[in-house]
Amino acid sequence: MSGVLAITEQRDGVWHRMSWETIAAAQQLAADLKLPVSAAIVGTSDAGDLAHKKLDRIYAVDDPLLKSYTADGYTDALEQLIRRTNPRYVLFPHTYQVRDFAPKLATRFNQVLVSDVVGFRIVNGSVVMVRQLFQGKLNADVSFGGEAPFFASIQAGAFRADNAVPAESPVAVEPVPVHLDAAKIRSRSEAPFRESQRAVDLASAGIIVSVGRGIREKENIPIVEELAKVLGAELAASRPICDNGWLPMERQVGSSGQTVSPKVYIAVGISGAIQHLVGMKGAKTIVAINKDSNAPIFEVADYGIVGDLFEVIPALVEEVKKAKA
Amino acid sequence: MKIIVAIKQVPARDSQLRIDSKGKWIQTSDLAFEINEPDAYALEAALQLKEKNGGEVVALCAGPASAGQTIREALAKGADRALHIEEDNLDTLDTLGIARLLAKAATAESPDLVLTGLQSEDLGYGQTGVVVAELLGMPHATIVMEVERKDSSVRVKRELENGWFQYVELPLPAVLTIQSGISKLRYATLMGIKKAKTKEVKRLTAAGLGVPLQATIAIDRVYPPEKSKQTQILDGSPKEAAAKLVEKLKFEVRAI
Repeated sequence: MSGVLAITEQRDGVWHRMSWETIAAAQQLAADLKLPVSAAIVGTSDAGDLAHKKLDRIYAVDDPLLKSYTADGYTDALEQLIRRTNPRYVLFPHTYQVRDFAPKLATRFNQVLVSDVVGFRIVNGSVVMVRQLFQGKLNADVSFGGEAPFFASIQAGAFRADNAVPAESPVAVEPVPVHLDAAKIRSRSEAPFRESQRAVDLASAGIIVSVGRGIREKENIPIVEELAKVLGAELAASRPICDNGWLPMERQVGSSGQTVSPKVYIAVGISGAIQHLVGMKGAKTIVAINKDSNAPIFEVADYGIVGDLFEVIPALVEEVKKAKA
Repeated sequence: MKIIVAIKQVPARDSQLRIDSKGKWIQTSDLAFEINEPDAYALEAALQLKEKNGGEVVALCAGPASAGQTIREALAKGADRALHIEEDNLDTLDTLGIARLLAKAATAESPDLVLTGLQSEDLGYGQTGVVVAELLGMPHATIVMEVERKDSSVRVKRELENGWFQYVELPLPAVLTIQSGISKLRYATLMGIKKAKTKEVKRLTAAGLGVPLQATIAIDRVYPPEKSKQTQILDGSPKEAAAKLVEKLKFEVRAI
């Protein structure tokens, strides 16, 4: 078998939503190349909803040593699965967990994981992966080389989960036995935890005013706070603002913070690094205010103002007040 | 404890990028460069570990001669010495190719810890540290927020997704990729800048290390991203642009 293999992610029976996006990508790649498509579950034998997706095979890689994630355990187990099933392409969701072990796994095959892929094309029968460079300012076509298998991870939101094709009848799960040695698992993980309960629920906000590096210093935060106030909006921020302690962590939007989809998202002085975009690109209307007309935030914006936020925001506050008067 | 920090020099954050004539990379001749920001946090974490536990911090950088400026800055901030793998054409190399160079140079130092940033701001593969760990046969942890030294191990706090964290303990030697923004970056002092001039920078080459400059994957083409949305740019003075935006928000989006 030399098809496309999708590695899924779940924890305690709860699916990572990007697993479905990766299934959709794998199905599409396999269809384009006329190859069979399979998926693997790790640390469980229960395929759950996966059995209802159109797949030629589902492999279960299960072992007591895979019940909690370790890079060593996952790498050894998936190396054995891949050597046994011999896929040509191996796709992963580009999650934090995948970032932790997939590069190591690819190295075992003298390969390079083409990470954070946003799409692919078939050029003269070969697969070309599309990924972003320079924090989204440029795109690149990347081609594989060396011997298969070829490895790629799929960016959040690049493929739609609801495009995953359902199966006509449930797919049987094939257990793939692996041999793991507890002594080779070098790290010892403690249970995951959350730092504090979230008091701010940005997910239910109708309008969000979000601030980024462009605000320059903490003393300038009240400028955007005022805009949020007159609009009746929640105030949010990109990661650097929360890292600096200028706004609390619970107001952070992005891959390490909250995912929001308000009616209006106003990004002030936010360049639009991918880690931020994945948290807000589902907003109905996106407004970007930034001095750099090449900032990636303008790629996703419906309305843009290229200008100095220290001039634009006070003017905007006045205009909103007038409109509401 | 001996800590190696792998750092990379990348185009300065606000650079206007132009695609080169072959369409496979950017024009680098007229750009300003700086340390890859995530690596600056790795350097900071290394310096703090040294302050607490003693030992030595060695900066390791693969790049052209001009990367010497970034290396000097690391020395000025407090790194004790540096290894510079000086090669001009590393832009066409991939993660595995670079990691082979870094791992070979690191092996000779027998470090207790190898730190690096979690990703680069130019290529953004986010995997050099993990691949170096595999090549060195060391355990690793990624997206690390805190590092606590124990007798023959480190206990680190890793960031998971959606506000979750986890403590992981790893035997030494180990490789850690450090999350950005976890501490305040120090500035080089005048004394530090002066001292940096006398610190050792050992120059290495790929040939000297016996590592071929060989890429597995290749960038075929670099191009501006296709826009997923049609953006209406609202122009004019700040007051005019603001008035136009309010009109859109009121009458088209109906949010005011």
